[in-house]
Amino acid sequence: MSVIQSKVVDILSGKNLGEVVNDFSIQIGSANGSGSQTSNMVLVRALFRMGIPVSGKNLFPSNIQGLPTWYTIRCSRAGYVARQPSSPVVVLMNPDTAVKDLAGLESGGVCFYPDDLKLDLSRQDVTYYPMPVKMLTSVPEVPRHLRTYIGNMVYVGVLAQVLQIEMSALEAALDWQFGGRTKLVNANLPTIKAAFDWAAANIAKRDPYRVERMNATAGYMLVDGNTAGGLGSVYGGMTVTAWYPITPSTSLADAMSEYASSLRRDPDGKANYAIVQAEDELAAIGMVLGAGWAGARAMTTTSGPGISLMQEFLGFGYYAEIPAVIWDIQRVGPSTGMPTRVSQGDLFACYYASHGDTKHICLLPGTVNECFEFGWRSLDIAEQYQTPVFVLSDLDLGMNQWMTKPFEYPAEPINRGKVLTAAQVEQNGFRRYADIDGDGIAYRTLPGTNHPRASYFTRGSGHDSDARYTEDPDKYRDNLERLRRKIELAREHLPAPVVELTAGAKVAIIGFGSTDPAIIEARDLLTAGGLTTSYLRIRALPCAASVLEFVRSHARVYVVEINADGQLRQVLQLEMPELAARLRSVCMLDGMPFTAAWIMGQINSQEQK
Amino acid sequence: MATATVATSKLNLIGLDKSDYKGNPSTLCAGCGHDSISAQIIQVAFELGLKPENVIKLSGIGCSSKSPAYFLNRSHGLNAVHGRMPSVASGAMLANRTLTAIGVSGDGDTGSIGLGQFKHIIRRNVPMVYVIENNGVYGLTKGQFSATSDEGQKLKYYGDNEYPAVDLCMEAIVSGCGFVARSFAGDPKQVRPLLKAAFSFQGTAVLDIISPCVTFNNNPESNKSYEWVRDHDSPLHDISFVPQREEITVDYEPGETKAVTMHDGAQIVLKKLAGEHDPTDRMAAIILLERGRTENVLTTGLLYYNPNRDTVQDSERMVATALALLPDEKLRPARSTLDKIVAGLC
Repeated sequence: MSVIQSKVVDILSGKNLGEVVNDFSIQIGSANGSGSQTSNMVLVRALFRMGIPVSGKNLFPSNIQGLPTWYTIRCSRAGYVARQPSSPVVVLMNPDTAVKDLAGLESGGVCFYPDDLKLDLSRQDVTYYPMPVKMLTSVPEVPRHLRTYIGNMVYVGVLAQVLQIEMSALEAALDWQFGGRTKLVNANLPTIKAAFDWAAANIAKRDPYRVERMNATAGYMLVDGNTAGGLGSVYGGMTVTAWYPITPSTSLADAMSEYASSLRRDPDGKANYAIVQAEDELAAIGMVLGAGWAGARAMTTTSGPGISLMQEFLGFGYYAEIPAVIWDIQRVGPSTGMPTRVSQGDLFACYYASHGDTKHICLLPGTVNECFEFGWRSLDIAEQYQTPVFVLSDLDLGMNQWMTKPFEYPAEPINRGKVLTAAQVEQNGFRRYADIDGDGIAYRTLPGTNHPRASYFTRGSGHDSDARYTEDPDKYRDNLERLRRKIELAREHLPAPVVELTAGAKVAIIGFGSTDPAIIEARDLLTAGGLTTSYLRIRALPCAASVLEFVRSHARVYVVEINADGQLRQVLQLEMPELAARLRSVCMLDGMPFTAAWIMGQINSQEQK
Repeated sequence: MATATVATSKLNLIGLDKSDYKGNPSTLCAGCGHDSISAQIIQVAFELGLKPENVIKLSGIGCSSKSPAYFLNRSHGLNAVHGRMPSVASGAMLANRTLTAIGVSGDGDTGSIGLGQFKHIIRRNVPMVYVIENNGVYGLTKGQFSATSDEGQKLKYYGDNEYPAVDLCMEAIVSGCGFVARSFAGDPKQVRPLLKAAFSFQGTAVLDIISPCVTFNNNPESNKSYEWVRDHDSPLHDISFVPQREEITVDYEPGETKAVTMHDGAQIVLKKLAGEHDPTDRMAAIILLERGRTENVLTTGLLYYNPNRDTVQDSERMVATALALLPDEKLRPARSTLDKIVAGLC
């Protein structure tokens, strides 16, 4: 099973390059819809099973079949999982992009390609490994109609041999990928093995890249954020979900349906929930608000265009005080934007959603684990504060494969908020919008409460403390101020920021969401270059007072975010105008997840000014 | 929880007095057909012995949508955003399928901005009584054409209506609605039994009730028109002057045709269905409406009836109890289930 190990030398100079072990990226270029995703996932999970820290990112087009897609796999001995600026190992399965991908390959890089691909091999500074894809799949065992698809398993086998990925890890990964369905495993495994054996017999290794077993993934899972969010919602007691298909949020609804179907049914098969595909996002949020009003734990999942459509209803939900959870798996905007590319550009659209004066609670998960946690917690927060609550994930966090600590069973009991029973109405009366407790949160009743004084009329226009229609200026203002107070008082009760203070650091970084791995890595790069930093990751808006203290204790604070306007920075500047000048932007939107090198470069260049 | 002071003879099946079904005083124009419909809803809910605490009343935006405040004060009410009452009602009925829902909408709310939601709530067959108070005009924004305005209708400010009217009963039937009826606000003898039948229907029941707008006053020759008022009235009265009107009522028998003069002098012709129409025949209902359109007659009565569709709660295979009231142990799966899932993701 061992690769024919020759001396790894530089092709041009003959100099020994030394090995690069467990610290490089692989980029696989293929055509969308060609079935390469399965192969890529198998490679990622095999590396994970070998104990090597790994991440997998699908950089895909808005297309079902034919357009180019790239998958990048990063293995990192040090545990870094952010995207790297380039990959020294490329697999050229897509003839349409092969020339460009090869041209972009760094010097010293490695190129795997199907041997029938007519490739200009004039570059002398890279290693070529042609793969006999046609030959290995043109066998009776591989059904003719599956040959293109199973051809993707050839590069799995060849890469495994050349990069020294263990066959047992591949087998386990394949089995996982197909959920243990033997028929599917058996359709693919022989090709992987054939390619693996072919490479052993025919390839002389001439490149420095390889992997070896570590023990750095024990206690981790490999999963995407949307699966986590969907599962967390099921454990959070979601009872009504209304949603409309939109990339990149659809997989959250799919995961939720799948898990709820097995976890939330009575023995007779009847569902303790309803997941309804609405006719559009206008109806989705309408159903969610109707359900929340009537006492369901109601939620939806969408992306930027859906958030735009929901704006009017979101203001209604805020003012009428109806619990709702809205997941926004952010993608590039404005407009249609780039539906399959990552962004953190919806912060304004969510935090200030709707016309008029609003400020909404926003939860900002930065890890897959937090997607699970905020999945259940958001439903508690929505009912506790009787208001729409956003969970802002993004395409990178939501759809890509991340190592994450195991999900923890909710540590707190389900919180249904201030809901009065008929007996409580009888005893104490009921004033729907009166601030009885001084926390801005009034008591509500649910439709169906069996008491003649339990009802109230819910409306988005003016109402007094007893839910009666009014256009009285004082009453309108009082109500708006109570709403503001309610949200303000939530600050210290929402998920707290994650803070890493570095003694003596004058410079700090603030981030949120999926940029966490790139920021972690960038800080190490900055430290190596002599600039120590502190780091605060915001996990909710409105943010805790500790964010202000953090900014106050540093001279310059770089706010890192994937949008063009520096939206979080602007929110923070409004929160702490006296410190506004300390907040600097490291922001950019091109649809790609940030790299550590880019963040480091931005901070270094701004530091030099 | 009956009001204790009323005489026993005035109580309904569940021991409530009619006053237990009342709402707030209406703020609509005097003589508005919508108020007549509210009165019939109160009467019918009382006669049926509906438990008001178990009813939800919902609406969108517009004059019609104000009316849920004017009936059933002991019911939870929700005045949603324009055209989107159906989605809110759908959500509420998913959350608690044991409730009885009545929604009140208008021709603008349902026929224009809300046409999509109207058709989709029907498609899902969400159990509710869906009343359209149809006056063929935007009242609350002062008299624009609506989607149910007649082709050729004239308005001083907005000119001629060049577009054909949307027939909301036709839309309901072709969307698969199992209960489609049309009536006239001034004909309580017809409205009441239709409302009663709608309340007993297991699915979306649509009642398109022609409800004249008293302030819709745009025949320029009329001395009550906007134009006349603007040109002839003293400066103390601007064009927002709204004359006090009597509500239009009709009394006619099944099989009869009745011409009704509206407040602006225009006429509509109502024809009350008699025994000759089979309401379980969908094609016949469509033909009836189409014939009415060509003959310029509004056919009233139960147009179509089909009780054989699953409700949304059945289609979604939901438990029989209210999701909103499920105990925590039904909401959160056991710890052991999560351990198993986590092990599978490692």
